Amino acid sequence: MTRADAVARVAAALPRGSLAVACNGMIGRELYACADAPTRFYMIGSMGLASSIGLGLALVQPSRAVAVFDGDGNVLMNLGTIASVAAAGAANFHHVVFDNAAHGSTGYQRTISDRAPLEGIARAAGYRRSARVATDAELDEVVRAWFDAPGPSMLLVAVDRSDVPGIGRVDLPPPEITARFRAACTS
Amino acid sequence: MARAFLDLLERHGYDFFTGVPCSLFAGVARILDDEPRYGYVGAVREDAAIGLAAGAYLGGRQPVVLMQNSGLGVTANAIVSLNQIYDIPALIVVTWRGQDGADAPEHLVMGRVTEPLLRLLDMPFEIFDPASIDAQLASLTDTLRRTRRPVALVVPKGILER
Repeated sequence: MTRADAVARVAAALPRGSLAVACNGMIGRELYACADAPTRFYMIGSMGLASSIGLGLALVQPSRAVAVFDGDGNVLMNLGTIASVAAAGAANFHHVVFDNAAHGSTGYQRTISDRAPLEGIARAAGYRRSARVATDAELDEVVRAWFDAPGPSMLLVAVDRSDVPGIGRVDLPPPEITARFRAACTS
Repeated sequence: MARAFLDLLERHGYDFFTGVPCSLFAGVARILDDEPRYGYVGAVREDAAIGLAAGAYLGGRQPVVLMQNSGLGVTANAIVSLNQIYDIPALIVVTWRGQDGADAPEHLVMGRVTEPLLRLLDMPFEIFDPASIDAQLASLTDTLRRTRRPVALVVPKGILER
């Protein structure tokens, strides 16, 4: 399964009223290309912090599901946040990790997630649920009701190392991403 | 002073608290740990605290991030590639270990570069003065709201330990 296909399948399963935070790199670009909305926050710098941003958001917006579209490189860069998520126990926090065991944006150099399975780390840290899926059929089956059950959860989607040819950057000015997101949360 | 400082922060509109502790604000940290109404989220690293605060801001809050100046180095990339490009503000309460070169060796260099580093990061800041802290917070908060950028309050030794 390509990462872009997996991102689109997860985005299509997000419940109404949910909020999403996408990490930097291709994942944010792919989410922007397939399912842009004011309730999507695309992080373009600050690698490693998508999960922290999502946790802060989940804690102050407890009635809305928060999905973090993350990558294995991002999760590994700030692995301690896995423990923070588990300790906070936010039922509305859902971590979706698109894992190709590589740093896609910099040329597919290897990460270590093939030897340190992130969904196992999350479960051991205290996430309420975690699962790994590897095919589009498995993903569709699991993701359908994934966001209805309480978190913190981690859904790890094993994806190929491939990019959408010519995919654009997120071309919204960052302050506009912030302004429209905050307005969607507070209106 | 710790209780009075927290009251002032709330009066100036701050309603989300996260950070990593420092002995120089141990008094504040104790209250935040003991009183659930603050909803204090202890972070594992200072840049993660910046991320938590950013998420809280996106969700409608006005956050405070507390840290030791050793953590300022850890936050540099988050401040320049998250807060400052996205217009995501936070009040960063940062202690000044190593001020005037009088501290344990690991604090001396950061103590010397704390002010230059804040200037380099283009972060407006005040040095905590107990006699005028209300006015200092008013000024910092005005800057924070007007510019939507992070601002810092530098806390010397001897003010918030208890």
